[in-house]
Amino acid sequence: MKTILGATALAALGTAALAQDTVRIGTEGAYPPYNFINDAGDLDGYEIALGAELCARADLACEFVSNDWDSIIPNLVSGNYDVIMAGMSITDERDEVIDFTQNYIPPAASLYLAMDEGADLEGGVVAAQVNTIQAGHVADSGATLLEFATPDEAVAAVRNGEADAVFADGEYLLPIAAESGDLMIVGDEVPLGGGVGAGLRESDGDLREALDGAIQSMKDDGSLNDLIVEWFGEDAAVYE
Amino acid sequence: MFPFCEDPSALEGARWMACYLTTGKHMAFYASFGTVLVLLAVTAPLALLFGLGGALATRSAVAPLRWLGQGYTAIVRGVPDVVFFLFFVIALDQGFEWLRHQALCPDWPMPVRQGNDFVVCAAAKLPSNSAPQWMHEAYGFATAVLTFAIVFGAFAANVLSGAMRAVPRAQVETAEAYGMTRRQATRRVLLPQMWTYALPGLSNLWMILVKATPLLFLLGVEDVVYWARELGAMKTSTFDYPHPDWRLWYFLALLAFYLLLTKVSEVVLGRVQRRFSRGQATAAGERLRRAVPAGAPA
Repeated sequence: MKTILGATALAALGTAALAQDTVRIGTEGAYPPYNFINDAGDLDGYEIALGAELCARADLACEFVSNDWDSIIPNLVSGNYDVIMAGMSITDERDEVIDFTQNYIPPAASLYLAMDEGADLEGGVVAAQVNTIQAGHVADSGATLLEFATPDEAVAAVRNGEADAVFADGEYLLPIAAESGDLMIVGDEVPLGGGVGAGLRESDGDLREALDGAIQSMKDDGSLNDLIVEWFGEDAAVYE
Repeated sequence: MFPFCEDPSALEGARWMACYLTTGKHMAFYASFGTVLVLLAVTAPLALLFGLGGALATRSAVAPLRWLGQGYTAIVRGVPDVVFFLFFVIALDQGFEWLRHQALCPDWPMPVRQGNDFVVCAAAKLPSNSAPQWMHEAYGFATAVLTFAIVFGAFAANVLSGAMRAVPRAQVETAEAYGMTRRQATRRVLLPQMWTYALPGLSNLWMILVKATPLLFLLGVEDVVYWARELGAMKTSTFDYPHPDWRLWYFLALLAFYLLLTKVSEVVLGRVQRRFSRGQATAAGERLRRAVPAGAPA
C-alpha cells in the first residue's frame, strides 16, 4: 500500500554484488513536498521521485518505506532499511552516527512562520519538529523551544496560540504560508546545515558510492535541477 | 471509487466529500481500525498468558524460577513504555538476527557490530531485504504483539499474584486437608477462585491496552491515531483534496470509536465478573446467592 518499487527488477539482474538485494529506503512521509503520503495512500514527493531515478541510474532495485521521524536513525543503524531520504540536513552531529551522500538539495534557508508580523522570535515560544537542525537552532537562539513529533503539529501549535512562531525548512513553510490566510513568513531567512543528503550506515561504503555517483550524474546533466523546480517551484535554490 | 471522482479539483459539496472519504488513504485509515482490533484480540490472551506465567513463577518454591518471575515484573513495570518500545524492540530484532547470523553465516569475516552499525549477512536479515513489504509489516506487527504482551504481561502478573494471595487461605487449606498436593490445590482451587479478585485489575489493564495502540507507529505499524493525524493535517494544493486543519473531526471520530469500544468492553467484563462471582465467598457472590428467584432450588 505504501510502497513504491523504485527501479525495475530487470536493472537489478545486470550488476553484481550491490544489486542482489532490494535496497530499502526509509522516509518520514509527513513532510510535503519532500516526502508525503498522497491521496491514494502511496508515498510521493520530491525524494520519492529522486530515489526512483537514483536507483535506476545505479542499477539498484529500491523500495520506499515510511518510518517515524524520531526513530529513523536508530532503525537505519539497526539494519531495518539501508538509506534515509527524509529531508534530512547534513550536520556534524548526525555525521558522527551515520554517513551522508553529497547533498541532493543545496543548502537552503529556514524560515519563521507566525500569525502576525510582530511575533517575538528571540524571546517568545517557537515551535519546531523534534530532532531537527531547526530545533537545535531555536534552543540556541534564546527563544523557548516547543518540540513536536511531526512538522504539521508544529504549525498547528502556532494556529492555536501555543507558540508564537514555527521554525522549519523554507520549502515546507512557503506553500503553507501561500495558501492559508492567517499565517505569514516573518523575520529573516536563516541558512542552516549543509543541504539535504541521503543517510547511510557508516559501514555501507559501496552503496554510498553508488548513490553518490548517481547524484553526481544527475547534477551533471541538469536533471536534478529540473526535479527540484518541478517539486519546489521556480524560486527554489538549484545547483549552479 | 466513484466514476465522477476523476478530477477532484472540479468537484464540490457532497460529491467532493464522497470522493474525499473514499480515497486510498482513507481506505487505509478504515482498515487500520481492523489492525487495532486484531492487535487487541491477539495481544490480550498472550499478555494474560505471560501474566499467569509470571505470577506462578513468583509463587514458585524453586528459587531461580521465583527470581525470574520477580525480576520480570520488577524490570518491565519499572521501564517507561516509550523507552521499552524504542529500545527493546530493536534489541529483540537484533537478537533474532544475531542468532540467525550465527547459524546461517558461520564464515562471515566482518564483525557484527561496526561502530554504531549492526550488520549481519544478507541471509540472516529478518525479513530479508527483498521480501515484499507486507512481510516486513507482518513482522513488525508480530514484534509489536510480542512487546505489548511482555509489557502488559508484567502488569498482569502483579494483578494475578495479588489475586492469588486474596483467595482465602481456608479454601486452600481445605483442599490440602482432602489430600491434594500443592500443585493440585493450585490448579483446582486457587486458580479458579482467583479470577474474581483479578478481574477489576485486569479490566483496568485492558482499558489501558486499548488506548496504548498509538505506540504501534514507533514499530512502523500504522494505527488509527497515526492515520487520523495524517489525514486531518492541513493539506496544501500539493494534494488532490486540499483542506484546512481537520484534525478535530478525525479525532472526534476516534473519540466515538474508543467510547464504543470501552462501552462494549464494560458490558462484556461485567458479564464475566458476574460469571466468576457465582458461588464465591465474596460480597458479589453473596448478592448473587440472594438474588436466586423464589421457587428455584436453594
